[in-house]
Amino acid sequence: MFSEFFQFTFSGVTLGAIYALVALGFTLIYNASHVINFAQGEFLMIGGMGTVVLMDAGVPIYFAIPLAIAMAGVAGILLHRLAIAPAKNADVVTLIIITIGASIFLRGLAQVFWGKEYHALPNFSATESINLGGAILLTQSLWILGIAAVLVTALGLFFTRTTLGKALLATSMNKDAASLMGIKTGAILMMAFGISAVIGAAAGVIVAPITLTSYDIGIMLGLKGFIAAAIGGLGSSTGAILGGLLLGLAEAYTAGYISSDYKDAVPFVIILAILFFLPNGLLGSRAVERV
Amino acid sequence: MKRMLKQLAAGAVTALGLTLASVPAQAADTIRIGSFLSVTGPASFLGDPELKTLELYIDKINGSGGVLGKKLELIHYDDAGDASKARTFANRLLRQDRVDLIVGGSTTGATMAAVPLIEQAGVPFISLAGAETITTPVKKWVFKTPQSDRQAARRILMDMKDRGFTKIGLISGTGGFGASGRNVTKEEAGNFGIEIVADETYNPKDTDTTAQLTRIRNTDGVQAILNFDFGQGPAIVTRNYAQLGIEIPFYQSHGVASDSFLELAGDAAEGLRLPASALLVADKLPKSDPQYDVLNRYKNDYESHYNESVSTFGAYAYDGLQLAVQALMKAGSTDKAKVRDALENIDGAVGVTGTYRMSPEDHMGLTAESFRILEVKDGDWALTE
Repeated sequence: MFSEFFQFTFSGVTLGAIYALVALGFTLIYNASHVINFAQGEFLMIGGMGTVVLMDAGVPIYFAIPLAIAMAGVAGILLHRLAIAPAKNADVVTLIIITIGASIFLRGLAQVFWGKEYHALPNFSATESINLGGAILLTQSLWILGIAAVLVTALGLFFTRTTLGKALLATSMNKDAASLMGIKTGAILMMAFGISAVIGAAAGVIVAPITLTSYDIGIMLGLKGFIAAAIGGLGSSTGAILGGLLLGLAEAYTAGYISSDYKDAVPFVIILAILFFLPNGLLGSRAVERV
Repeated sequence: MKRMLKQLAAGAVTALGLTLASVPAQAADTIRIGSFLSVTGPASFLGDPELKTLELYIDKINGSGGVLGKKLELIHYDDAGDASKARTFANRLLRQDRVDLIVGGSTTGATMAAVPLIEQAGVPFISLAGAETITTPVKKWVFKTPQSDRQAARRILMDMKDRGFTKIGLISGTGGFGASGRNVTKEEAGNFGIEIVADETYNPKDTDTTAQLTRIRNTDGVQAILNFDFGQGPAIVTRNYAQLGIEIPFYQSHGVASDSFLELAGDAAEGLRLPASALLVADKLPKSDPQYDVLNRYKNDYESHYNESVSTFGAYAYDGLQLAVQALMKAGSTDKAKVRDALENIDGAVGVTGTYRMSPEDHMGLTAESFRILEVKDGDWALTE
């Protein structure tokens, strides 16, 4: 009985950790520009698939991973330079639509050049799972949670302790005032895309041993990550982690205790409930309309 | 009026023939085999080896003198996995190219879109798609070479019965393939004295199924677990199965009977069983096996010509073409009604997929026994007896 409960909890934590890590990637660009970057899932894909492709070409895994992540970083900067920056005076909705287009484009490129096959990455630890009270916890979920915690702390420090981070927040609050203060808002936004892509790609590599990876893995993970980010309150890193874990646990408990047939309805019920009662998510800042 | 139109059309065709490559004149001395396949697009893993197989063997047959003293001519269109395109191309094959018979239709969607036109025109059609609806209920002009999922379910249940299992757990994807497999398994289980005591599903895009597997494991009396699905879902289920350390026997369906599944699932697949085409173990079969020669000939021909691994999908095209050639020879002409009757009377044609025994009630002609039960041993497929 208890081992069953533990098992559902661990399954939920595994799922939740994955969603949380994906959700983190959304916060940075949202903070810098209020744009929800729907190509975030594709950064994950570039991380995972890039590692697979490089390893197939004979690159050892500890070089392949940083190379693939760097590749995603370049893709993020290019995405900003070639698609977002030329539309600089467009409103947020237009920019969001541009990111949807970019995601379809990146997915198409990957399909043509990297193929449509699914691939698996090896586990980070030699032991795949540990037994706790009759339930199994995957060691990879611990890796995911650990790295998510490191990223949250790093992002927190970045926003509160560095000039660059503060400049980024300033840009998101008032672009015109920020540029009058001497902040190069264009460069700030480009940096946000680059870092977001790097975070996304890192997430893509870490989750690949569990989720497998393919050219279209970004659709599902990107969507679940976005839901997690919205539940937690867009723009809050801690909220993203909370939202991800909440979503994962809810899915696992529904599949375990009610019926696996209803599992996919749960995220939507949760997001409806939360957006109804807390329109800014669990930890989102209360938006104040300036008149 | 009708006659006049026909004459007009004939005149137009002759005029075209003079300016173009005199297509109608050629028609008399070749046997025209039409085909529409999903060579590109999402179902290209089906259509690509199918087209390669057709091209390879039509060349071979023509090299050794053709059929009934005539050369075979392949007229092929790529429907890219799009059912409405398949319908358009089927129409073109029937009305414009005036083919003698059709071997094609990679997907069930493409096949079913073309069926009404083909039934109306009365041209023998051998489909290469899997679903049961294609030949159930029987349609006069429509045949198919792959087994349906019902045969796969039967073969699995047969093996479970032989091992003495009476209570099993089922976990399937909610996609088309998984949902249909779940239905036929539930329908057939009773015939084998097997009860499905746990029935779980997952979304084909899910990344974790441990909650569902835990539920099945904790159901009283489960003796074996079957995962019916295709794609990457079964690889994740198989990995979760091993991670949870579940000891009871595990079955997969024919949907994942390929080497890429072994790569994805890795060590976790060790010991699981599934029904598959004998093509996967062609070189491990005993020489006395009735299919041994056909299997190895096809495998060697294909692999030496294209320098890539043979696939069970290409084999459907091989069987389709061989059945067509056999029917043509038996009919002694390209008369469509006679070829259709000959196809329906094929009894014991040894193909790559199985041994075909067609009848007026069965236009697919394979039994569950055409599947072999394979077990994963040391990361490779092994035959079970």
